[in-house]
Amino acid sequence: MGDLLKESLTWGHFLIFVLAAVVMLLIVLGFVTYTILFERKVLGWMQLRPGPNRVGPWGMLQTVADVLKLLIKEDTIPQKADRPLFILAPVLVFVPSFAVIATLPFSKSLYNADLNVGLLYYAALSSISTIGVVLGGWASNNKYALLGGMRSAAQMISYEIPLVISVVGVIMMSGSLNLRTIVDGQLGGIWHWNFLPQIIGFVVFVIAAVSELNRTPFDLAEAESELVAGYFVEYSGFRWAFFMLAEYVYMFAMSTLITVLFLGGWDAPLPFLNFIPGLVWFALKFLLVVFFLIWLRGTMPRIRIDQLMGLGWKVLLPLALVNILVTAAYLGIING
Amino acid sequence: MIRTEELLLNVGPQHPSTHGVFRIIVKLDGEVITEAIPVMGYLHRGTEKLAENLTFTQIIPYTDRMDYVSAMTNNYCLVHAVEKLMGLEIPERAEFLRLIVMELQRVASHLVWWGTYLLDIGAMSPFLYAFRDREIIINLFNELCGARLTYNYMRVGGVKWDAPEGWIDKVRRFIPYMKEKLEEYQNLVGGNEIFLARVKGVGSYDAKTAIAYGLSGANLRCTGVKRDLRKDEPYGIYDRFEFDVPVGTNGDCYDRYLLRIEEIRQSLRILEQAVEQFPEEGEIMGKVSRVLRPPVGEVYTAIESPRGEIGCYIVSNGKDKPYRLKFRRPSFVNLQILPKLLVGETMTNLITILGGIDIVVGEVDC
Repeated sequence: MGDLLKESLTWGHFLIFVLAAVVMLLIVLGFVTYTILFERKVLGWMQLRPGPNRVGPWGMLQTVADVLKLLIKEDTIPQKADRPLFILAPVLVFVPSFAVIATLPFSKSLYNADLNVGLLYYAALSSISTIGVVLGGWASNNKYALLGGMRSAAQMISYEIPLVISVVGVIMMSGSLNLRTIVDGQLGGIWHWNFLPQIIGFVVFVIAAVSELNRTPFDLAEAESELVAGYFVEYSGFRWAFFMLAEYVYMFAMSTLITVLFLGGWDAPLPFLNFIPGLVWFALKFLLVVFFLIWLRGTMPRIRIDQLMGLGWKVLLPLALVNILVTAAYLGIING
Repeated sequence: MIRTEELLLNVGPQHPSTHGVFRIIVKLDGEVITEAIPVMGYLHRGTEKLAENLTFTQIIPYTDRMDYVSAMTNNYCLVHAVEKLMGLEIPERAEFLRLIVMELQRVASHLVWWGTYLLDIGAMSPFLYAFRDREIIINLFNELCGARLTYNYMRVGGVKWDAPEGWIDKVRRFIPYMKEKLEEYQNLVGGNEIFLARVKGVGSYDAKTAIAYGLSGANLRCTGVKRDLRKDEPYGIYDRFEFDVPVGTNGDCYDRYLLRIEEIRQSLRILEQAVEQFPEEGEIMGKVSRVLRPPVGEVYTAIESPRGEIGCYIVSNGKDKPYRLKFRRPSFVNLQILPKLLVGETMTNLITILGGIDIVVGEVDC
């Protein structure tokens, strides 16, 4: 697709772009459908139960049925809610989640936009979703939702910063914000991948990413045992589905990002395994990250909000800064 | 200048972590609680008043429904009081059966607590593990008396059903299994940094406060007060068995957690001895008249339920129904310290502290 981008825009090319976007959308939606099933299955196995197994073979149509049910539900908006904001909030959460996918590369030749500031674009757009969450919490006119929204804002500020700073090391090593260039810098086997030299950055990034995704143990914004459901407590039907969809699309995007930044993207772990297509390696690493996120959910209790802030500001941020320093010193010595 | 306001939040009566229909009105300053008012009574059924129009045998099913997580000990509380009033002798085998079911019930009750407490704290899986193991106990009870939750098993003078063939062996096999699982759970949860950070030092109080509030059970023992009615005022045949009364030191949620885990171990220890000494044969009902007419008088007996001291006070005027009946419900008494503990805590700690007290709303409201 890279060559197409360089050519002039004709109707034909435009059609191809639209088609590619639709295909990408379908892939992402397919992923979301089956990640939800996968998550429920894995959690089920961890918890001594079979998981969904009634709709379709092996429960394959469970999520489809769930989505259908959500779509035909009555669209309820609380009377005292701030109506325009209430409607806007799920859109604000959902649109950036799809927009960030544009820059993510999946293999050497499979990517949508070859943006030179890809990483920055991701970080910038993904924070917009938090505004949607806060807005949803506020507009619902529900106290639990408000608390959830506020928690989400506090969490975003504490975690976006370590998240971005922890990747500075990676950027320094590859000298680019372009995600494809970052992967190109890691080619040649597992010992070239960033997670080894950037181990501090990697750990900080993964922790901050889990928090960014609002997943256990950092699912404070929706903490169902405290805030019932947090910011989307008043949402139902397809609006709720949009929040859920955005959550899983972000899971897709974040897993891709972790794979690309730290796990060598589509690079084979050992050079002689190169005959297997890069996309397969990418998918394997990507699924590993997804499984890791689900695994966390099956085993971890929820952290408290003040502990979360403390962890973000007092531990992760200094660690990320140290990582930059170490990387700079290392690069300085190597390059003389 | 930013104008700030206190937020009045109704936690409950429908809330996932209030363990039933219990409600707390909290005043929040940000996320910090400045005042908490518990509202109870949503599950009030007037058991004590109803009991005045019921014969003593008819009251037993009502006790099942008070602390529905630990119905066996409630059964025992009532029949024990009536027996004491009437001065009845209980056959050996019945005593053993009672002790075994009560200790099994203690294990089951603490398992429910363990699972739901971790669910409150945000860990999902332990709940299902706990319920798997509780299921074994429930099945044992089901085999014994045909019910899974409200057993109606004990009678004044003995127990209703004898142990079916092989039942004691099943209990015997359950003990090592549960011991092994307990280690596994401790590995899974006990060392988790997040869990420790959530419970250590949260909701702590000293022994003086605990006694002043009349707390009992693990809520009292966590402060270092060594009081267990099974040891201090032995009832039934508890004086024949060897077991320890674990105590805590800090009086926080973590101590209460450790205590309850340790209490499961001690219960298993009692069970081990009990199944060995279990009499091969014998009566399960003492010699009691068909219609129970306790002599005129009053009686108060207390036993150690999983939640603390459950007491039964009966005033009899010589009829087949009590003149007045009063239960001292540990959940209700233990709950009274909640408003004091909550001031200055966050919303998150509210759940941790409330869960740590271990209430059953059926018993709070009675």
